[in-house]
Amino acid sequence: MTDLSPSTQVPDDEPAATPVATPSASVTTPSASHDKTGAAGGKRFMRQRRKATDEGVALGEVILEVTDLKKYFPMHTSGLVHRAADPVRAVDGISFSVRKGETLGLVGESGCGKSTAGRTMLQLLPPTGGTIRYQGKDITNVQGKELRRLRTEMQMVFQDPYGSLNPRQTVGTIIAAPFRIQGITPEGGIKAEVQSLMKRVGLNPEHYNRFPHEFSGGQRQRIGIARAVALRPKLIVCDEPVSALDVSIQAQVVNLLEDLQDEFELTYVFVAHDLAVVRHISDRVAVMYLGKIMEMGSRQDLYENPLHPYTQALLSAVPIPDPRRENKRERILLTGDLPSPINPPSGCVFHTRCPRFREELSESERTRCTTEAPVIQVENGHQVACHFAGPPKVEVF
Amino acid sequence: MSRWASADPASSGALLSVRDLKVTFPTEDGLVKAVDGLTFDLRAGETIGIVGESGSGKSVTSQAIMGLHRGTRAMVEGQIVFDGRDLIKIVDEDLRRMRGRDIAMIFQDPLSALHPYYTVGNQIVEAYRVHNDVTKAAARTHVIEMLDRVGIPNPQKRVDQYPHEFSGGMRQRAMIAMALVNSPRLIIADEPTTALDVTVQAQILNLLVDLQKEFGSAIIIITHDLGVVAELADSIMVMFAGKAVEGGEAEEIFYEAMHPYTWGLLQSMPRIDSEKKERLVPIAGNPPSLINPPPGCAFHPRCAFRDDARLGCSSVIPEFDISTEHPARCLIPEGERRAISQAKTKTRTA
Repeated sequence: MTDLSPSTQVPDDEPAATPVATPSASVTTPSASHDKTGAAGGKRFMRQRRKATDEGVALGEVILEVTDLKKYFPMHTSGLVHRAADPVRAVDGISFSVRKGETLGLVGESGCGKSTAGRTMLQLLPPTGGTIRYQGKDITNVQGKELRRLRTEMQMVFQDPYGSLNPRQTVGTIIAAPFRIQGITPEGGIKAEVQSLMKRVGLNPEHYNRFPHEFSGGQRQRIGIARAVALRPKLIVCDEPVSALDVSIQAQVVNLLEDLQDEFELTYVFVAHDLAVVRHISDRVAVMYLGKIMEMGSRQDLYENPLHPYTQALLSAVPIPDPRRENKRERILLTGDLPSPINPPSGCVFHTRCPRFREELSESERTRCTTEAPVIQVENGHQVACHFAGPPKVEVF
Repeated sequence: MSRWASADPASSGALLSVRDLKVTFPTEDGLVKAVDGLTFDLRAGETIGIVGESGSGKSVTSQAIMGLHRGTRAMVEGQIVFDGRDLIKIVDEDLRRMRGRDIAMIFQDPLSALHPYYTVGNQIVEAYRVHNDVTKAAARTHVIEMLDRVGIPNPQKRVDQYPHEFSGGMRQRAMIAMALVNSPRLIIADEPTTALDVTVQAQILNLLVDLQKEFGSAIIIITHDLGVVAELADSIMVMFAGKAVEGGEAEEIFYEAMHPYTWGLLQSMPRIDSEKKERLVPIAGNPPSLINPPPGCAFHPRCAFRDDARLGCSSVIPEFDISTEHPARCLIPEGERRAISQAKTKTRTA
């Protein structure tokens, strides 16, 4: 294990990363018809993608690089005079990179800062500190025209398919919005393009003039996805895209996201609390707690060899739809509640609820947890922020 | 007679007997048949899980048992026999006496189910004193014990706090304390952990299991999460479009499912303990309209196994034979379904 300072803790950052999957330059111009990168290109990309991830080899070049990102929300004292108080540290110094074509899962419980991280990455929220580099270019705090230009390449799919669609606009207007805003007229006109998008995401193009309330939850999420891919972006942040949906519909949307990724060569940051869905869709996964990354690694590393006590407790808590297995499982239960992100605990932020801290450590070891913030350790791209990282005492599944 | 229905609800020995329950809501567009002929028994101390997608009628069923449709435009027909009395027919006054004392409910969203203007303690004290002739001080002592029992730290202080001062998990514990304060014989838990994080969910489910052992209550747990029922339920009823489509022991539903919709549910869920990265198998289509349900089997437009020519899936309404222990509402011959089920279980649990 090597200790790395926060500024250099970017994961599998081998400089020799071969640009495996950059088939054609035509994707960079959003107005270009997607037919050029249609089925054949998509399939080739898909094979490369699957092969690359199966072998655990890095994919294409780093598309997004986040270094020591911080997002604090200011707080004020109550009463007559509103003085500034301690801020909410929603995201408190996270670093990671995303490679072209991969899916990075961002998991954690509510309040861990995963959604804020996703939004800050896209400049929907101005970061308090740290840098965000997109394709090598620093995009932290870009504004105006430059930001608008960036939006053609980075998009978002929101959690709530009810709240994220304007109820007074028709589906056609909603999906066409990115074209209008960017002043882009696709080949064949906006309407034809929108209808082909609707068809692509599994909606009936004849429903172009219907309103969101006429669609079910799953169909609405498809509308949101069609809007997000309209400009052929390169990166999409999916913020809990399936958690509001029924299980039977959830699988449809997950499959759609996977198909679009292969077809349009998309890179996803997939923010979710459902660890099973994240295991299914992600190539790499980062686990967040109180604004910090606790553990990050490939899907296999994280689910088959979790080293951080928090990851272990999280995985152990998920019920398995298999009563015979479920009855044999021993749970790692966390006690207590999430501490306040205004006053995070000293040292390791997880120590107040950590089962290992409580049960396995000596007094002197505990002192280390309560006073010294763990530095991220890396081994083969598997990062852990724990002084006493190691396999769990009981099987997590 | 099977677990699903005894001959005579009054003398069956079951704690709760639901017979041909129908709940319809009149709307501008027509009658919504939210629950369309539901029958089941629940014995004392047992747990039944009701699963199904949104709109399948599972929450409406629980609301009907609690009598929450009274005074609304909803029409409730059939029988809900609890402890020998039909809850649909009894007068409001009697129902009010039973609610909270004999039957209690745990709602999905504890923030909207608790009153924001009253302290948590006051609300639970009220729930206790409505049914018990005790002094405020005695009730308060009992409530503090209850809060302690459901794992709320520092209950002496917490009892005087307001719901907004509680975290989500703590609120749900407070709701459970309120539901259990009168040791009810039946607890209806409607998606009790859906709004909670997994680590908190694990704590709450553990608590429910422990408390059930201690208080001996029967539980109806309503959820869309098959993992939750796998952990809690003795028997499971799967609902689709207001009707039960399959019922059985928990193990039967998970390992010997006999309805295409149940297969679909089991298959479409990604599993956390599976390293296989295969495509998910979704159930095609969208939930059916409850005003104009599809003719024949309501599931046929989404069913991958429908065979109109041979079985008439789009015209014949399949039966739900509650005289058997493991009924399934499907026209496909049982032998064929058993073979499909075995193959599916094999691939899933491999």
